Amino acid sequence: MQKRFVAIWFRYLKTDWFTRRQPDLKDAAFILATPDHGRMLVTEHNTFAHSQGIEIGMTVADAKAIVPGLQVQDDRPELAEKLLTGIAEWCIRFAPVVGIDLPNGITMDVTGCTHLWGGEKQYLTDIFKRLKAFGYTVRVAIADTIGAAWAVARYGSGSVIVEPGQQVEALQPLSPSALRIEAALIERLEKLGLRQIRNFIELPRPALRRRFGSVLLLRLDQALGTEEEWITPLHPIEPYQERLPCMEAIVSHTGIEIGLQHLLDALCRRLLQEQKGLRISVFKGYRVDGKIEQIDIGTNRPTCNVKHLFKLFELKIETMEPALGFELFTLDALKVEDLSTKQDRLWKDRTGLDDIGLSELLDRIGGKIGVHNIHRFVPDEHYWPERSFKPATAIDQKLQTHWRIDRPRPLQILFLPELIEVSAPIPDYPPMLFRYKGKLHTIKKADGPERIEQEWWLQDGQHRDYYVVEDEEGHRYWLFRSGHYDVTRSHQWFIHGFFA
Amino acid sequence: MLKETRTDIMHRLQKEILPLQGIRAALNDTVLDDALGPIKHAFQTASFPLGAIHEFIATGSEDAAATGGFVGGLLSCLMRNNGVAIWVSACRTIFPPALKLLGIAPDKMIFIDLKKENQILWAMEEALKCNGLSAVIGEMQDLSFTASRRLQLAVEQSQVTGFVVRRNPRKLEANACVTRWKITSLPSEAADALPGVGFPRWKVELLKVRNGKPAIWEVEWAAGHFEHVAISKAIVVELQKKVG
Repeated sequence: MQKRFVAIWFRYLKTDWFTRRQPDLKDAAFILATPDHGRMLVTEHNTFAHSQGIEIGMTVADAKAIVPGLQVQDDRPELAEKLLTGIAEWCIRFAPVVGIDLPNGITMDVTGCTHLWGGEKQYLTDIFKRLKAFGYTVRVAIADTIGAAWAVARYGSGSVIVEPGQQVEALQPLSPSALRIEAALIERLEKLGLRQIRNFIELPRPALRRRFGSVLLLRLDQALGTEEEWITPLHPIEPYQERLPCMEAIVSHTGIEIGLQHLLDALCRRLLQEQKGLRISVFKGYRVDGKIEQIDIGTNRPTCNVKHLFKLFELKIETMEPALGFELFTLDALKVEDLSTKQDRLWKDRTGLDDIGLSELLDRIGGKIGVHNIHRFVPDEHYWPERSFKPATAIDQKLQTHWRIDRPRPLQILFLPELIEVSAPIPDYPPMLFRYKGKLHTIKKADGPERIEQEWWLQDGQHRDYYVVEDEEGHRYWLFRSGHYDVTRSHQWFIHGFFA
Repeated sequence: MLKETRTDIMHRLQKEILPLQGIRAALNDTVLDDALGPIKHAFQTASFPLGAIHEFIATGSEDAAATGGFVGGLLSCLMRNNGVAIWVSACRTIFPPALKLLGIAPDKMIFIDLKKENQILWAMEEALKCNGLSAVIGEMQDLSFTASRRLQLAVEQSQVTGFVVRRNPRKLEANACVTRWKITSLPSEAADALPGVGFPRWKVELLKVRNGKPAIWEVEWAAGHFEHVAISKAIVVELQKKVG
């Protein structure tokens, strides 16, 4: 398909923005200035100042001499990029691939987009009108190449639509500066009397390269389409994306749900064809006022079950604030995985952790209250009780090692062992009684000790001698003495758990 | 034509009422009933009611451990065929490796840690609706009648068994749970009067049961099933003296 590109040129980007914020500047001569070598230089002017003869690069003193009532404000160097990024995000409604072109332009890849507006003319008119309504003075051009669109938007005098394949004709009458080359090169071209592109477009390439370097040829080729050029998109385009532009702004909850349903249907149909399943997805709504509202979901297993995915999004839809309404919805699949072929073999018969219903349940719970609250544990090869298990990384993670069953372990454990007072025969006997939370327990039966050494390569500290003890009421506890018996230290007994 | 006697009619009506109350005969789990031993006779169908909500009262960490042990024993039967259970709690105190000692694969247990009681109830209700699960355990302090009714309605659809462990309950009001249990530890006894701690032994109190008889048992968990120990208190005390 023949590529088509649109270039938007903001002639007075920053001054227009200032005027939007301070409407009284509209009818005044107004410039932005920045200090340079101890004087103030004009960096941007508005239409009115421009028509009075103020040029960029003049000193402010000179400018004030020309226009006595000149309004001057400080320029902000980072402003242009910020403004262009904002406008470019807004422009995603016109085409998915939008890139900013500093200092004052936006380029879009509009291949296959214009027919939705009923043709290129209507498309450009719509862009122009809407940006104008925001208060920006723009020129918009469309061509087969980025270079040609750029040149025609800035320097063209005739039609802003360069018909497919007509870029040579469109470029011929323009000045060499339309080729996006540096000022020194333009000066050299003009010195030789090459004031229009048609003067040198036919010259032999080796001669051009020798005199002006390869940059000129590259730029020329890019503008003519013999050299490929790409836009760096503001948001990288996801390979799995569905878009739904709305005829009228959507403000209601039901409207959003219908939009979501449409997009999910389309995306899942496509994923199913390619035997892929969704893992992470983002649903975005582009609001009329230029803001973007988004909600995201994740699943434990690749899936393209529309009903389930809809439920996951449904839990979050209410966080989307429509304000004046959404005019575009997009659904991106940020992460897709191969759909396991077993999955559709027996939807109902899979049991245990492979159960589809279970992973959908965990998706729902995770979506509502956070995935970090859901844990599954697998054994770890450590003797130290706190390290004897670790969280599983995925729901289908297989066990690397076995759960140990050769030693008694308490069913209830204290997150941190708590200090207890004991009286114990020395040096190696279990305690006779201990006091925990103010209650005295007389020990009737005991097992142990089981010595668990510190893993010195992980952590310093004392080893633990664990005892299983039972008090007179039949309660069973897990106690340990930290380190060897030591006369100089008094407290070294801890309670760590409760047996069933 | 034989005339139905009054008792026949009563029996027939009671049988009709049982499924309406969420107790279904089809859900018999013979392995679980075998493991339960004499406890199963407390229920009208002589079988532990599955697909229902059971409530356990636990005060203090020691009782919680004993309750966990008893519930764990039931779970080991319910989860024996590669089953998965979900454990919802506010502050998780279960030590996963210890579940293996009760016969449960700890990696088949999914823990959900939540802060608020209403979140726990929501998660538990959602989980109970998922019929791929063997059981759902929820630890909470209070359970209102409405909440318990919601849980009961969820299991009637999915036939999942739910266990509500109420830790330090503030008040015990009536609710829609099928049973109410209280499990406390008893002094263990090693075989042949050997020294050391023996198999876990509990006093199992069935405080409330719908269509059944409340009762008290003393059971020991050994070799994967509940062993009924019918030793009178006096002997226990005497044995304690001998060993201690």
